[in-house]
Amino acid sequence: MSNLAALPIILPLLAGIVVAFIHKKTKIVRILSQVISVVNLIAVAWVFLQVQQNGSIILETGGWAAPYGIILVGDLLSMTLVLTTNIIAVACVFFAPQSLSKHQEEYYFYSFFFLLVAGVSGAFLTGDLFNLFVFFEVLLMASYGLIVLGNGKVQLRESIKYVLINLFSSMLFVTTIAFLYSVVGTVNMAQIAVRVQEVEQQGILTTIGILFFFVFATKAAVFPLYYWLPRPYISPNPVVSALFGALLTKVGIYSILRTFTLMFNQDVQLTHTLFIYLAALTMLFGVIGALSTHNVKLIIAYNIIPAVGFMLMGIGIFSEVSISGTIYYLVHDMIIKGALFLLVGALVYVAGTSDLRKMGGLIHHHPVLGWMFFMASLVLAGIPPFSGFIGKLLLLRGGLAQDELMIVIVALISSLLILFSMIRIFIRGFWGEKTENPYPERKRKAAKMAWPVAILLSFSVLLGVGAEWFYPTIQSIAEYLMDPQIYIDSVLKE
Amino acid sequence: MTRTNDIILRTTTTLIAFILLGFSIYLFFAGHNKPGGGFIGGLMTSAAFVLMYMAYGFRSLQKILPINFRFVIPVGLIIAVATGIGSFIFGEPFLSQTFAYFQLPVLGKTELATALLFDLGVYLTVIGVTMTIILTIANDRGEER
Repeated sequence: MSNLAALPIILPLLAGIVVAFIHKKTKIVRILSQVISVVNLIAVAWVFLQVQQNGSIILETGGWAAPYGIILVGDLLSMTLVLTTNIIAVACVFFAPQSLSKHQEEYYFYSFFFLLVAGVSGAFLTGDLFNLFVFFEVLLMASYGLIVLGNGKVQLRESIKYVLINLFSSMLFVTTIAFLYSVVGTVNMAQIAVRVQEVEQQGILTTIGILFFFVFATKAAVFPLYYWLPRPYISPNPVVSALFGALLTKVGIYSILRTFTLMFNQDVQLTHTLFIYLAALTMLFGVIGALSTHNVKLIIAYNIIPAVGFMLMGIGIFSEVSISGTIYYLVHDMIIKGALFLLVGALVYVAGTSDLRKMGGLIHHHPVLGWMFFMASLVLAGIPPFSGFIGKLLLLRGGLAQDELMIVIVALISSLLILFSMIRIFIRGFWGEKTENPYPERKRKAAKMAWPVAILLSFSVLLGVGAEWFYPTIQSIAEYLMDPQIYIDSVLKE
Repeated sequence: MTRTNDIILRTTTTLIAFILLGFSIYLFFAGHNKPGGGFIGGLMTSAAFVLMYMAYGFRSLQKILPINFRFVIPVGLIIAVATGIGSFIFGEPFLSQTFAYFQLPVLGKTELATALLFDLGVYLTVIGVTMTIILTIANDRGEER
């Protein structure tokens, strides 16, 4: 028993409530939010170190013992992702005052923001399938609030799409949990993992597994189910886009990773082969989307999709190397997507347009922004020594070891195309003849926007250059995931 | 503005709202070990409020119940979360609950449980959310005219 596991959920939750009381006093709220999110980051980092040294922290809420009550499991995977989430949250909260209007800040932005962080952390931490659904709802509720913040016409249209698709997948999620409950009689993840091995008809479990995959794939934007993603993600404010792009789809990927390593690993031949094909299609179609448009925001939003493909590829190959590749890529992608969305927010702000054809020569006026964008492109495409390279290297090595040549080739091609789509923004937007600065008065604010992004980028570089330092942790997580028995024993204490 | 003839609605409302409020409080206290609880109690209370709003109109209700319902939501939430965190102080797992029997003046021997405090948070949050939603929708139409 340790209450530490609940800390990453409670702190932002409390912050969100406190901030809701004084939502009109923008200045106080701003400073308070910044202080709390930094404190939260430090607290989470401390819990992470605890977990790294002493093993998983298990909290049986309300004192109800494991298979009966709701438990929170702070294992190394969860805590790594929660830590990453909080790094992004800190960058976003410092970026927010520059890009939000006063009206948006007043109308509960920070409350929704903290609720979103609480929901995402909760989804990473919970050890109970139904509770996972609950935390999905918490983060979705917050995201509904954030997506309509500002009340633009486009926003309302896109949010309806977003709400409908999520409502549908949530409905399916509950239904699927009910199916699973009727087969194994429990919603505790560890106990499910024990009981699925005892079920005689494995066919029904595979069916339920695929249904779960369908639900999570909708949230994560895997191949046939990604069509809803790009436009709702770019319609709200850049900070909100960054939060969505960095966190929401990753929760879906995390859920796939957790459920298909822990519970549904009995018919790997079928399920995980399916993942590999879907991963390949996801990469290709995502990258084609990114190349199809001149809207810079849309290019970045489409780039979420191939990244999801990469992570799914690691889960599909299902070996220790490939799983560690997925985890590495997950952490890397959360940080870099946060950074990219914020960068593009700043870019659109200084250029006054999101149409690539109307930009040009911005690097003469905003050199820092330009070079940061160039670096972010290299990170995203996976040029060594940046973090994207390490993740992709592990994934490709895993793929080659299992003779999955098709996916390896597709992954390489799409990496190249990702680089192309990103460099296109750099060449068209930043390079070119020196023109008159369209908005010289925006220079100061742009500089303020740059430094939260710089923090995220430096984390990303650190993750790549210091790979030697991070890799043992990631590898131990992969080992841990490949052996569900450790999770089961730590939760059920048998 | 024409005066609407709603004497039947108003008369019945005084009676029904009274019963609804009473029953909602009963449900709230039945809470944690019988059917009922903060959620359903809160819904019923807001049902009573909505009925009163319909019968007496927005203005007069604002006079009788000068509550900003949007403010009630965080109040409820903080009560609920605080009861959860309370268990930190006693070194118990998050959200633990406890109860004891007390000798109260009128009620005699009564069970008092910390779950009731959590329920109070839920109760207030539900009232806040439902009333905010309904009043926002109701006001929306008024502004357009």
